[in-house]
Amino acid sequence: MNIKINKIWTSYQKEIADDHFYFARSCIRQNIFPAAENLYLNILKNELKKDIYDDARQTTCTGIAYHSGITPFETIMTVVARQFSLMNEAGYENFVVSCVTSFGIYVEVLETWKHFPETEQRTREALKRATGRTFMIPKNLVHASDVIFKFRKEIASKLKFSLINQNTKEPLRVVDHIGCHYAKIFPQEGIGGAEYPYVLAGLIDQWGGQQVDYPERRHCCGFGFRQYLLKSNRSYSVTNSKLKLDSMQPYKPDLIIANCPGCTFFLDRWQYVIAEMEGKTYGENGYGIPVLTYEEIAGLLLGYDPWDIGLQIHQVAVEPLLEKLGISCNSDKKFKGLNGEDIGIPDKPDVLKC
Amino acid sequence: MKLFDELEKDVRYKEGLKACLNCGVCTAICPAAQVSDYDPRMIVSTVQQKDESELEKLLKSDTIWRCGECLSCKTRCPRGNVPGYIIQALRSLSVETGMFAESEQGRKQLAIKRTVGDHILKYGYCIYIDEVDNDMYPEQGPVWKWLRENRDSMLERLGTSYKKEQSGTLRITSKESLDDLKKIFDETGGTARFEKIEKYSSDKAKELNINFSGGKDDYFNCMYNE
Repeated sequence: MNIKINKIWTSYQKEIADDHFYFARSCIRQNIFPAAENLYLNILKNELKKDIYDDARQTTCTGIAYHSGITPFETIMTVVARQFSLMNEAGYENFVVSCVTSFGIYVEVLETWKHFPETEQRTREALKRATGRTFMIPKNLVHASDVIFKFRKEIASKLKFSLINQNTKEPLRVVDHIGCHYAKIFPQEGIGGAEYPYVLAGLIDQWGGQQVDYPERRHCCGFGFRQYLLKSNRSYSVTNSKLKLDSMQPYKPDLIIANCPGCTFFLDRWQYVIAEMEGKTYGENGYGIPVLTYEEIAGLLLGYDPWDIGLQIHQVAVEPLLEKLGISCNSDKKFKGLNGEDIGIPDKPDVLKC
Repeated sequence: MKLFDELEKDVRYKEGLKACLNCGVCTAICPAAQVSDYDPRMIVSTVQQKDESELEKLLKSDTIWRCGECLSCKTRCPRGNVPGYIIQALRSLSVETGMFAESEQGRKQLAIKRTVGDHILKYGYCIYIDEVDNDMYPEQGPVWKWLRENRDSMLERLGTSYKKEQSGTLRITSKESLDDLKKIFDETGGTARFEKIEKYSSDKAKELNINFSGGKDDYFNCMYNE
C-alpha cells in the first residue's frame, strides 16, 4: 500500500537530541510545584536511563522580568549566554529548558543573533567583560516536554496505569494546554507548530486518553507577566483562565495537562478563586478539574506515589482523578511532613471541594 | 533627542515592524484587547506614522502597559509584524525617558522592579517561596499557606534543596552565581534600568506626596494594590 506522506506535517517536526542533556530550571516550577522538576529528572535518569545534568551554578534566565518590561534585552541575552557557557563547561551540547517562557527566551535570543549578528558579538563582549566567560551555542535546544514526547512510547511500555477510567473502561477526557511561548512565537520550534501542537496531545494519544477539543483550546491562560505580577491587574489573568475553563466545561474533562509552569499554576489556582468568588466549580461533585504537568501525569501512570511527587501541593484536589485511574493511595500520608511528621493540614476552601 | 531615532535603534522594533496593512488580525486574537482598552492595531498604526508628538503620547499612556506578552499576534500577522515586540521597545523607551511615570499603569513598574527585579539579584530567580505570602498573593489559597508555614519539613520531604548549597530545586544560589548576575546587570544596562525606575518613581512620589522610602513603602503598596 502506498502511504501518502503529508509534506506539510514534516515541516512541523523538530530535532530532539537522544541523550546527554543540560537541564535549565524554572523560576515558577521550583516554587509552585516543588517536586515536579526532580520527578522529571528521575524519569529521565531512572526510567529512560538518560544522562541529564543539574548544575548548581545556573540561574534564572530573567524572562519574567524581561517580559514585564523592567530589564533590557541586552541583559537577558547576556544571562542566556552565561547559561550556555555553564553548559559548555559541564561538557554538554544539548540544552533542555524546564520553563516555556524560558524556552521562548532562548529561541528568541538565538534567532536575534541570526538576524542581527552584531548583537551576538556585543553579548560575547559583555559576558567576557562581566564574568570572563566565553560560550558556544548549543547543538540542540528543546523544551523539557519535547523530551517526554520523544520518549512517550518507551514510557508507555513501562506504565502501570493508563489514561482509562477504571469505572467505565472509557478513555479519560484530557485537555492539553500548551504555553503560548512554546510555539506561538517560533512555530517551527514546537512539535506540531502553533496550529497543530502535538507535544502533549501525543502523550494523551499514546497513554490511552482522549483529547478534548474545545473552542478556546489555544487561548492564553492569562499570565500576562506584569498583569499577574501586580495585584491590581490580576483580573486580566483570572478572566482569561475563566474563558478557557467555561469553554472546556461542557466537554466534561477529567484532567488538564500543561507544559508551561505558569499555565499549570493559573489553571489550578484560578479554579479555586472562581469557586470562592462565584460559587462555580468545574469538575464533578463540587471538585475542580485536576491540573497536572506532563511529568506529573507520567509519574502517576508509572506508579509513583502521588504524595511523593507533590500532588498534594496543588490547590485543586487530585483524588477524583486517582479514583478514575484506579490508583489507591494512603490519604493519611498526604499532608505529613518529613519522616511522617504531623504538621497539620491546610484549611478547607468554603466552596471548592478538596 | 528624537524619540523615533531612539526607537529605531531597538532590534525588537526593527524585527517587529515590517509594513502594517492595518487588517486588525492582531487585535482580533489579542487576549488583552478582549479584556481592556487595548488595541495593538492602533499601536502599530501610530508608530508607523512616525509622528513624534503621537509617539510621546503613547510613551506616557497606559496603553502600552496593557499587553500581556503572550505573542499570539506574532503567529497571526499576515505580514510578519510583531506588535508584542514593538510594545517591548516602546516600554523600554518609556522607562529610559522617565515617561513611564506619567501613566497610572507605567508607574506600576516600580512594584515589579521591587519584587521580581530584586528577587533575581537576591535569590538568583524571579520568584522565591519566602517572598510569596498569601497577603500579596491571596489566590495562592490555603494549600500554599500551609506549605509556606511548613516549608522546612515539606520541601525536605519532597526532595528539594531548599536552604542547601547544592544543586536542586529551591537551593541557595551561590555567591559566585549571584555576583555574575550582578556584574551582567551592571555591564548591560540592567542595573541602570533599575536605578532609573527608582529615580523617576521617587520624583513622581514627591509630586504625588506619597511616602517613598524603599521596600514595601506607601508608594509600592499604592502601585501594587490599587
